[in-house]
Amino acid sequence: MALRRYSMFAVAREALRFHAGWERAWQSPAPKKRYDVVIVGAGGHGLATAYYLGKVHGITNVAVIEKGWLGGGNTGRNTTIIRSNYLQDPSAAIYEKARSLYEDLSQDLNYNVMFSPRGLLMLAQSEHEMRGYKRTVYANNLQGVETRWITPSEVKDLVPIVNIDGPRYPVLGALYQERGGTARHDAVAWGYARACSAMGMDIIQQCEVTGVRTENGKVQGVETTKGSIDCGKLAIVVAGHSSVLAEMAGFRLPIESMALQAWVSEPIKPCMDVVVMANLVHGYMSQSDKGEMVIGGGTDGFNNYTQRGSWHHVEETTRALIETFPIISRLKMLRQWGGIVDMTGDRSPILSKTPVENIFVNCGWGTGGFKSIPGSGWAMAELVAKGEPGPLAADFGLNRFREGRFIDESVAAGVAH
Amino acid sequence: MLTLTCPYCGVTVEETELAPGGEAHLKRFGPGASDEDFEGYLFARKNPKGVHFERWRHAYGCGKWFLAARCTATLEVFGTYPAQTTEPPAELIVKINEKRPNWGGWK
Repeated sequence: MALRRYSMFAVAREALRFHAGWERAWQSPAPKKRYDVVIVGAGGHGLATAYYLGKVHGITNVAVIEKGWLGGGNTGRNTTIIRSNYLQDPSAAIYEKARSLYEDLSQDLNYNVMFSPRGLLMLAQSEHEMRGYKRTVYANNLQGVETRWITPSEVKDLVPIVNIDGPRYPVLGALYQERGGTARHDAVAWGYARACSAMGMDIIQQCEVTGVRTENGKVQGVETTKGSIDCGKLAIVVAGHSSVLAEMAGFRLPIESMALQAWVSEPIKPCMDVVVMANLVHGYMSQSDKGEMVIGGGTDGFNNYTQRGSWHHVEETTRALIETFPIISRLKMLRQWGGIVDMTGDRSPILSKTPVENIFVNCGWGTGGFKSIPGSGWAMAELVAKGEPGPLAADFGLNRFREGRFIDESVAAGVAH
Repeated sequence: MLTLTCPYCGVTVEETELAPGGEAHLKRFGPGASDEDFEGYLFARKNPKGVHFERWRHAYGCGKWFLAARCTATLEVFGTYPAQTTEPPAELIVKINEKRPNWGGWK
């Protein structure tokens, strides 16, 4: 189905006729009997997988099935941060692929995802962090990821509201990624959905998968609340619910689902035009276009599917950030919400074949899901289309746990886990 | 906020006094085990949406490990019991079965 392109002329045309001509951004058809590929989960990763399956590999007989509404899971619940300053080579490769795809995603999708490469700092607030981030800078330079080390005075120039000589958490410098930043999270899901729909793919919302049909170790289809759907290949891209889907298919994953929270303050005038991560105190903050300070912290430590987290995390993270950003101490917090993240032991994702033939999983992104959406979709589409992982996904297989080839980002990323 | 009763101290405390320790009742495999068993023991987790048996430590109290049965979909706590056991107490199983008739059992 061909959609009319969004453009300045379209805006002008519609302005002259009371905006009566806008079409639905994507179709909501009833499921067909069979698809070549069924993707479970219409979040960013699932939709990006579908998009690159069509765009790069020419497979368009695809359905994306979603239990709730499109982009209503973690895609709509994150802090919208995009960066690729990872230490390990496989992580840097896939996250940098994602970041570079974000650069012209709006043009590619003909949908404004509001990618804002405003710059991202990871503050070093201890001797240990300083050495760790300097090492990451060297690694990034070798990997072709543009980051650099900046001094405390450069930090102060970029972020005037930061307190660099605090007694407990002085700022000793920062790992700076100039082309890191943020994007509009909902628009990423909506843009991919619209582009998928335009290629003739079916996006089926409010359709819960209740069972996975297999025969002789090979996938046949899925049972859903909207009937049975046959498929040639099945991609499970459901983040927090990965273990639930894997159980339906008859295998277990090295994943535990936990709550990760974010919260925003009341809107204030522009005061910080970069993203700042203060990992020693487990907090990160940016200012949204509406002026709210968007704050995220660490995950809870226990298994949870309720999409709400523990209050003490909000208090601990905000309290810690106040030491580095005294200006926020009088801010009222406006909203708080949680999402269920899928944590692996090495804090790296899984893009893999599974014990069941033609079932593929893309999960385990944990706290790093949003920033990786385009790269994850790109690598997953290659895996699903060819049946074998390409160079980006090769190191992220399930077999790495048995073979002890971890991609150990739990200590390297410096992300608040 | 999650509150659990420490079966040793008998006090009901909230989660900032506790340290979570992941899935309980794992069957341990060590040297001599197959790669598959060892991998399963180390990494594969049930991670159920529903009844979950898990380890907790009363970190800022008596310091001892204990076990808890909890629903991960509602955060309801079914009960806690000492860690010196290989399976959940029978009366706890009965209680969970009453509350969750469709529950598939703890194994």
